[in-house]
Amino acid sequence: MSPRGRLIVGLFGATGLAVLFTLAALGLPGFGGTSHPYGQRTLPNAIARHTPNVVSSINFDQRAFDTLGEELILMASALAAVVILRTVRAEQEDAAGEHSYGRAQVYDALRLTGYLLLPVTLMTGVYIVAHGYLSPGGGFQGGVILGSAIHLIYLSGDYPALARIRPIPAFEAGEALAAGAFVVLALGFAGQVKAMNAVVGLEVGCAVVLALAKFFEQALLVRKQT
Amino acid sequence: MSQLPYLVPGWILLIGVYGIVTSRNLVHAVVCLSVAQSATYVLLLSVGYQRKATAPVFSDIKPTRNVVDPLVQAMTLTDIVVGATATALLLALTVQVAKRRGTVDPDELRSLEP
Amino acid sequence: MILQFAIGLPFAVATLLAATGRWLPRVAVDALATATVSALAVLLGVVLAGGGTTVWLGGWGEGVGIPLVADAVSTGLALTVTVVALAALVVSWRYFAEIQAIFHTLVLLFTGAMCAFVLTGDLFDSFVFFELMSVVAYALTGYQSEEPDTVHGALNFGIVNSLGAYFTLMGIGLVYARTGQLGFVAIGRQLHGDDGTLVTVAFALICTGFLVKAAVVPFHFWLADAHAVAPTPVCMLFSGVMVELGVYAVARTYLTSFAGTVPAGAVRISLIAFGSAAALLGGVMCVLQRHIKRLLAYSTISHVGLLLVGVGLLHEDALAGAAWYLAGHAGVKAGLFVGAGALLNRFETIDEHDLHGRGRSMHVAGTIFLLGGLGLAGLPPSGTWAGKALIEESGGHWVLALCVTASALTAGAVLRVWLRVFRGAGPARPDETEPPQPEVTRHKDAETEFTLSRLPWTMLAPGVLLVLSGLLLGLVPGGVVGRAVEPFTHLPGPPPAPWTMTAVASGALAVVLAFAVAVLSLRGHVPRAALLHRLHSGHVGDYVAWLVAGVTVFGLLLFT
Repeated sequence: MSPRGRLIVGLFGATGLAVLFTLAALGLPGFGGTSHPYGQRTLPNAIARHTPNVVSSINFDQRAFDTLGEELILMASALAAVVILRTVRAEQEDAAGEHSYGRAQVYDALRLTGYLLLPVTLMTGVYIVAHGYLSPGGGFQGGVILGSAIHLIYLSGDYPALARIRPIPAFEAGEALAAGAFVVLALGFAGQVKAMNAVVGLEVGCAVVLALAKFFEQALLVRKQT
Repeated sequence: MSQLPYLVPGWILLIGVYGIVTSRNLVHAVVCLSVAQSATYVLLLSVGYQRKATAPVFSDIKPTRNVVDPLVQAMTLTDIVVGATATALLLALTVQVAKRRGTVDPDELRSLEP
Repeated sequence: MILQFAIGLPFAVATLLAATGRWLPRVAVDALATATVSALAVLLGVVLAGGGTTVWLGGWGEGVGIPLVADAVSTGLALTVTVVALAALVVSWRYFAEIQAIFHTLVLLFTGAMCAFVLTGDLFDSFVFFELMSVVAYALTGYQSEEPDTVHGALNFGIVNSLGAYFTLMGIGLVYARTGQLGFVAIGRQLHGDDGTLVTVAFALICTGFLVKAAVVPFHFWLADAHAVAPTPVCMLFSGVMVELGVYAVARTYLTSFAGTVPAGAVRISLIAFGSAAALLGGVMCVLQRHIKRLLAYSTISHVGLLLVGVGLLHEDALAGAAWYLAGHAGVKAGLFVGAGALLNRFETIDEHDLHGRGRSMHVAGTIFLLGGLGLAGLPPSGTWAGKALIEESGGHWVLALCVTASALTAGAVLRVWLRVFRGAGPARPDETEPPQPEVTRHKDAETEFTLSRLPWTMLAPGVLLVLSGLLLGLVPGGVVGRAVEPFTHLPGPPPAPWTMTAVASGALAVVLAFAVAVLSLRGHVPRAALLHRLHSGHVGDYVAWLVAGVTVFGLLLFT
């Protein structure tokens, strides 16, 4: 279709959607109201199970099956990134060959800041994962912090060091085993919030590192065969 | 008139859809998809909001305090993870389209219909 | 516990394969995946034979928990999914010259996701597993990322499908706000008698994602793109079961949650309108195709449109017919893709004109195409025929005309392929004035890296078995099917019997017309229809524009 035709069809659809949604929104209960029956029902359950963070209780205890699906989506996406971004015969990976992808020339201040922040960030990530059932936080949030933490090495200018400490097969295996453990925990042993938190933190961390690793490889190392 | 805040997620959804329809760059289209998805976060969280209520974490407050709906927060958390991973996957596909076809402009990509 | 174990099994083994697959030999990976799916099929069979069950996960009960509802329809559908997945895995043993264990991981995740999607009794949970199913589908479609068209098709699939899912989530948010519930049955109870605008719009939004998955016109553009580029075992799963799950979800959502609220007449009109459009457009596009996998994809769109019409009639006999139809079509369509895969493997091209007469020595593949074509036409006693008979009976004369037309068009196209490729019929170089076809119909780097002189039985036998089972499903007694859909509809009725004069006559008519279409299009009497080809442009902006337009039309129809 021509861009004009596309816009006309799209605008027709968008107008209709806007009208429908507005009519529906007018039928919603008032904003900021007090009637949340399902939410109210989850509160005493969370307290009875000694999980003060009710959101974690819902995610890992009362509606753990949803979280199982979500974990598997995460694993599937990380594996998909590995498979889709693999190098093919027509390209070759340049493992620090003729191209000088050594340490970047950065200011000492930047490098030092990165190195100093790294252990602090890792600690924060572990804290968020471990205290997920007590205070705002949890496996996902902490896992993302952990996964991003080691990329401070790259941000300080040292990509080869980052590549050395994150062997892809190890992270693939770690992520998959964590997901497997979560499947068993969610379906077999209901209610182990602390264990689930830790397992999810491990999985999310590995998945983030894995996906970013493949993107890095594509951007930095893959060269078409000359 | 207390339903006006609910129109915001509808608007965000429409912007996201408009972005995809008129996009000239696949990366832009994937990010507009994320924008459309954030409409769902805003809708869920605004449905769960309660005036004069606090966060549903009882580690430092009495169990009798009013809290906002924790269920929609759990749903939003699930939704965010789902969306972020789907975006990563779509961006991986976009990277490969760019490499194989040399362009990320949808107008320049050939139809798959013979 | 058996249901939790059954659901967890494919997921757990998938994670095991993902962790260790790099170091395991191919045989072990194949064996493990096949054994897991077989075990799942057995477990589901046990649940089905035991009369079904409802399990509240985590022991949380009706207040806050998520139920798994294994009634006859959902368990039967899960069983169909598992059988087709087993066939796909068996075909992939020899089909792929070399493949990483990630493929098997993804197929196991896909199977588990589809089973969980079907068995869950919670609306938000069905959204989560819908997304899992979709993400794995994008990955499987884009698997051969060396091909430019593969990643393009996968991206179109990904963007359109994800957007549909987000519309569904908006609808779920609206329903949650109104009812404070997320379970299907709980929502139905809460909404009873409430017929406001909110409920209707929420229903339209929730069904959007499912209708996109079901590739109903105008949400269908992604299907042909995805099928043209996905590997053959994956296409078996897509066309055989994944697309049909969209229709199942629409049926489940309406019948369990919205039955007392959204007016039945409006729902009937909208679903039948969309289904008919899909049936007709799919049939026409089918006849116009040269790319055999795209041809089969459009035939899926057409038949799933008929399935939606069957569901849309909102009559217990028509629903029984739809269930029958689904099972029969799954067998026939998956078998046809096996045949197409055999052609692709042997000749490295899937263009019908290039393959003219070259399949003469491939007797088994030819038989698959012939029987598959007859199954699509609705030859008695196939499952498709039985299903159509019941749908036509409940729907009246114009539904009958629609079914016969759609079947004739799609089966005609498949039979034309059989005639041209396997019998060498028709002109050798059809129509020199046709524009030169781009390389998109050729797979340069074929899915398999070598061609086999004699195709192994594992690549063809599943196809034969699937097509035969599809062709014989009409022999299942009507009482079994009627009892199966009873809990779905809460409407007890007499067991439907497809063996009527009208039904047999319409089946025979469809077969005759199919052969007529095949012969006519073989001779080149095919309309140009450039406009239709241009509409299916491969441009994601187009597809999304049609998606929102479709949502608007759906909403308008629901308010009539």
